[in-house]
Formats: sequence, C-alpha cells, structure tokens
Amino acid sequence: MNTHVVPHHFDSADQAYQASKLGIWLFLVTEVLLFGGLFVAYIMYRAMYPEMFHEASKLLSRPMGAINTIVLICSSFTMAMAVSATQRNDSNRANQYLIVTLFCAAVFLIIKYFEYSHKFHEGLLPGMYFTFEGLNHPKAPLFFSLYFMMTGLHGIHVLCGMGLILWMLIRSNRGEFSSQYFTPMENTGIYWHLVDLIWIYLFPLMYLIG
Amino acid sequence: MAHASYLDKKGLWSWLSTVDHKRIGLMYFWTSMGFFAIGGILALLVRLELMFPGQTIIDPNLYNKMFTLHGAIMVFMFIIPIIPAALGNFFLPILIGAKDVAFPRLNLASYYIFVTGAALAVIAILNGGVDTGWTFYTPYSIRSATSVVLTSLGVFIMGFSSILTGLNFIVTVHKLRAPGMTYFSMPLFVWAIYATAIIQVLATPVIGITTLLLVMERVLGIGFFDPKLGGDPVLFQHFFWFYSHPAVYIMILPGMGIVSEVIPVFARKHIFGYKAIAYSSLAIAFISFIVWGHHMFVSSQSPLANFLFSILTMLVAVPTAIKVFNWTATLYKGSIQLATPMLYALAFIFLFTIGGLTGLFLAALSVDVHLHDTYFVVAHFHYVMMGGTVMGLLAGIHYWWPKVFGKMYPEKLGKLAWGFIFLGFNMTFLPQFYLGKMGMPRRYHDYPVEYASLNFVSTVGSWSLGIGFAIMFSYLIWSLYRGKAASANPWNGKTLEWQIPSPPTEHNFEETPVITAGPYEYGVRT
Repeated sequence: MNTHVVPHHFDSADQAYQASKLGIWLFLVTEVLLFGGLFVAYIMYRAMYPEMFHEASKLLSRPMGAINTIVLICSSFTMAMAVSATQRNDSNRANQYLIVTLFCAAVFLIIKYFEYSHKFHEGLLPGMYFTFEGLNHPKAPLFFSLYFMMTGLHGIHVLCGMGLILWMLIRSNRGEFSSQYFTPMENTGIYWHLVDLIWIYLFPLMYLIG
Repeated sequence: MAHASYLDKKGLWSWLSTVDHKRIGLMYFWTSMGFFAIGGILALLVRLELMFPGQTIIDPNLYNKMFTLHGAIMVFMFIIPIIPAALGNFFLPILIGAKDVAFPRLNLASYYIFVTGAALAVIAILNGGVDTGWTFYTPYSIRSATSVVLTSLGVFIMGFSSILTGLNFIVTVHKLRAPGMTYFSMPLFVWAIYATAIIQVLATPVIGITTLLLVMERVLGIGFFDPKLGGDPVLFQHFFWFYSHPAVYIMILPGMGIVSEVIPVFARKHIFGYKAIAYSSLAIAFISFIVWGHHMFVSSQSPLANFLFSILTMLVAVPTAIKVFNWTATLYKGSIQLATPMLYALAFIFLFTIGGLTGLFLAALSVDVHLHDTYFVVAHFHYVMMGGTVMGLLAGIHYWWPKVFGKMYPEKLGKLAWGFIFLGFNMTFLPQFYLGKMGMPRRYHDYPVEYASLNFVSTVGSWSLGIGFAIMFSYLIWSLYRGKAASANPWNGKTLEWQIPSPPTEHNFEETPVITAGPYEYGVRT
C-alpha cells in the first residue's frame, strides 16, 4: 500500500516530514506578508476616509458574504477531516471529504461570481473605471479598489487551493497516502486553512463595517 | 579523472533537468554573471556619457533608460541572487554536511522562475526599456510611457524565486545538518546565508504585492498611489523600502559570510569572536526591517518618524562594526598569505568600512537633507554594494573556484586584476563623494562645468574597473580549460567542503559525516 520512498538526501522519513512541515509554515508566513501589504493599505485609507468606508461597505451584499463565510468554514472542516481520515488509513472516507471540500470551494467562487457581476453591472468598479453615482464621496472608488484587490487575490488563492485539493484527490485515489505518509495531504490542508482564515478577516473588514 | 564528479554527466538536458544543488548553483552563477556583464557595460556607458558636461554620447531619454537598466539588472538579476542562489546553493549543503538542499525540485523550480522573471525584464528592455529608476517611484511610474508593467511583473516573478530559495535554505539549515553539527559549529557563511534567507522570506512578499499593485495601478487605475483618486504616493515609497531596505542586507550579508570564511583560512588563525559574528548576522537581519524610513527623510514623512528611523538606522552600525572588529582581530598576529581571495577580503573590509561609515552621514537627519539624492548617496551605496558585496563575491569565487571546477585560477593574473579593480573602484567612486557634497544631484544626464574634473576622473576610473573585470573573466574561463588541476584542499581549509574531492561527487559525501569539532580548527601546526 505505502509505496512512498524517502528521497535520497534525507536520512529518515521523519526528517523528510519535519522538513516539509517547516517549509509549508514558512510559505504561509510569506502569504501573510503578501496580504499584509493590502491590509496596511486598508488600514491607512480607512483611517483617512472613515465615513466613505462605512457608506461604501453598505453597498456590498452581507447575506452573500455571510453565506460564503459559512461555506468556507465548512470546507476547512471537511479538509481537516480528510487529513484525519488519511492518517487513519481510511482513504475512501478521505476522498469523500476532499470532494465535499472541492464542492464548497466551487460554491464560494460561484457566489463570488454573482457578487462581482452585480458590482460590474452597477459600475462599482475599481479606481478610474468607477461609474456608480449613488455614493456621494469623491474617494469612493478607493474602497472598491481595495475590495477587488483583496477579494481578487483571495479568489486566486481559492483557485490554487482547488487545484491542490484536486491533485490530492487524484493521488489519494491512487493509494499514494497512508498513515505512514500523508505529508502533501496535510500541507494542502494547512494551506487551505490559511485561505479560509484570510477570508474570515476580509468578511468583517469589508462587509460588516457599514 | 580519479573520481566521479558532479560535472561528469554531459549534455544540455542533464543540466536543464538537474536537481543537484551544485549544478543549479552553477546555472544561477553563469546566468547572474551574464547579467553582471550587461549591467557593467551599461555602467561604463553611463559613465562615458558623464565624462564631459553636456551631451557626450547618448541623449537624455536613452540615458534615463540606461541608468534604470543598470540599477534594475544589477539589483534584481545580479547582486540579490548571485551569492545566495549561486555560491550559497553550491556550498550551504556541503558546509553543513548534507547531500542536498531540503527541496531539490523546488530549488530547480526557483531557478526557472528566476529565468522567467528575467526574461520578462529582457522583453521589457527590447520593448523600449524603463526610465523610472530601479525604484519605480509613483506617480511618475504610473504615467511613464515606458515598459513599467512588464518590468514590474519581471520583478514580481523574480521575487518568488528569491522567496523559494530562502525558504529552502532555512529548512535545510534547520533540518539537514549532519549529526553532531550544532548551530554553533556551522561555518559563518552558513550563518550569513541563513540570516539572508530570513530576510528573503519575510521581506520579498512585500515587494511582490507592491509591484503587483503598481501593475494594477497602470492597468486598472486602482488609485492606491494616485492622489487624484485619493491615494498616496508616499505609501508606495513605504511599501517599496519595506522590502528594498532589507534587500540591501540580502545583498551584503552573504558577502560578509564569505569574508568570515576567507580571513581565518588565509590568516591561519581561528576566527576571532565566532559567536559575535554569528549573532551580529541575525541582529542585522532583524534591524534591517525597522529602518526603511531613512530613504524617505525628505518625503513628507512626519518629523517623529524621521527621528525614530534616524536613530534606528544608526543602530545598524553596531552589529556591522562588531563584524569589522572581529575580522580585524582575526588578522592580528596572523600568518597572512596575500592570495587573491584574501586580497579581495581585505578590500572588502577597507571599502565596506568607508561605505558603512558614510551611511551614518546619511542617517543623520540634517546632513541627509543636504546629501539626499546627490552623488554622495551613489558613492555610498556603491562602496557598500560593490566595494562590499562584489569584493566579497570575488573573494568567494577565487576561494571556491578550485573546489567548484577542480581547476586553479592563475594567481599572478588574479592579483593583477585585483589591482585594476581595487584602484579603479576607488578612482570611480571616491570623487563621487565630493561631487555629492558639492551638490551634484544623481540621475541627471548633464551637469554644470564646476563638476567636470571630478566626473572626468570618475569615468577614467571606470575604465580601470572594466579592464580588471575583463582580465578576470578571461583568466577564469581560460582556467576551466587550461588551469592546473586543483587538489582537494589547496588552501588548507578546515571546513567540510575541503574534506571532499575537487570537484565534489554527485552526492557530496559518500557517507554522512559526523561532526566532532568546531567550525574553524585552524592555525595549529600538527
């Protein structure tokens, strides 16, 4: 069942596992810093134009944002369950959980698609393409620049996560993982939780300040 | 050849598909050295234009593109990758007794990511180039009609490569040390590369998001950095320098690491203050994150912020001076051999000290108002980047050349090239301190006649640099074919790379070494 071979430059499977673990956590640090720039911009412009942020935030759809938050939290849960099932050698159950995770991620993106197209339709576009007239503040485009940059970058991360989860599904289906070797599966899970966590910050900062 | 070497496999594909850290290091080496040659030729042309007042060889627009390219190529494609990704890749695993880096395939991927980013930048050059300066300051970079988008994307992608290299090295140092190799028996080059890797991992994502936002600014007009839309151009400067100041230490720390290796070997002494040098690398990495505002003293930053950044900047001098004092103390009563690597290491100490001390002038607020954006700044950072990092790099190249290729470089020509480079460097950049003090602004195509004589001297100095590098490149290439075969340990070094054959075998060590002694057991006659 377990056909995994420890790469030649490691002395043991445990050393390889520890190295991968440290690697993925360091990678998450870089992700936090990547988003960090956007969060700093958010803090600065919100401090500069607090009323505008409150008004502009009301134009976002809270129900859609809330549903998406729940969907992503569920997907994080099923992802964790998939990792746990793999560690218990139950790859059938793991595959089922991965499929549900993928499904949740897709639902998230579909809802995001409807939100975006609604905003496009109303002219709530970033920066110089902003044409919406119901918001009486000259700097309002800035809020939507932030909205699209932050949720857009997050959306790209969701897409990458879906790719990784799909790859894990294929590999798990081939029987590559077991209680002896589940590093890629666990790392994908860790990455997916970060994607979820970033959304948990984005949701209140964008949707709930109005 | 008596033993199987990592160079044995022939054919382009065996290189392009390799996951051997030594081969990947070499690919980085040749790629980056190629960019160094291009950046160097651009620098010679820039100097030639500045030889006389008025237009000498090129018009102002082309001049703007040339100095931008010189800066961007030297920073992003040469000086950031060359020591960590080339020499670090090659020697870090060997120095800690490992067979490879932690993630060999990721290592190869980061090389290809680097090449992709560099290719984008080259396309941008062919597409007309960029004229914003390597700092891409807004709002000009939003309005400039040149290829800012392509170049920024190139920088964004090369940033990824830098992050992945750093990540790989941190994990390698933490998880792949040979049995018995404690943190404090790691050679100081490893400490320096480790501190560098921390900066690469923590700072580079910020330049990533910055260049991405600059691209979005140009494509979508998002307005983050555009006052017309409510944004703030100074935010761009904060973002930019939050990476680019630590990046200065990405450039200099590995050079310090090489010097810490070379000096004890050629002074035949234990390194003085091993732990102090190791900790000061970490201290520099830490302080590097809280000094970026010193690039913005005249940018409308608040006086309080200016004051704090000024004090914090001066703090950098402490760990830096600790290193310089320790190297000097290592030389004291040493049995010094002036081989080429040592000459470059000594040049490093001398030039870097000038570069570092003039940095303190610039950290002082009132002095900086006068010197900001003058040639004093240009001279200062060339003394650090070229007088420091490049001298360290050349020390490292000569020191490790026998190990990497199994061939000795010609010693006499090495010293000759060193003479041209050392004299030429000082002749080029020393006058620029005076020009800056006299008030000559940087980045201009023309200047008043008062600055003419010093500019003339500076340009002539640049030719000496050019000759020195031409000699060096020629004999290094020559030595690959005709050089004397190198023994396993031509310098009597005591670190692990000298205990294995020159050039090393594919897996570095036939058996995992067990470390029982400290990193520098030098100088004792046994």
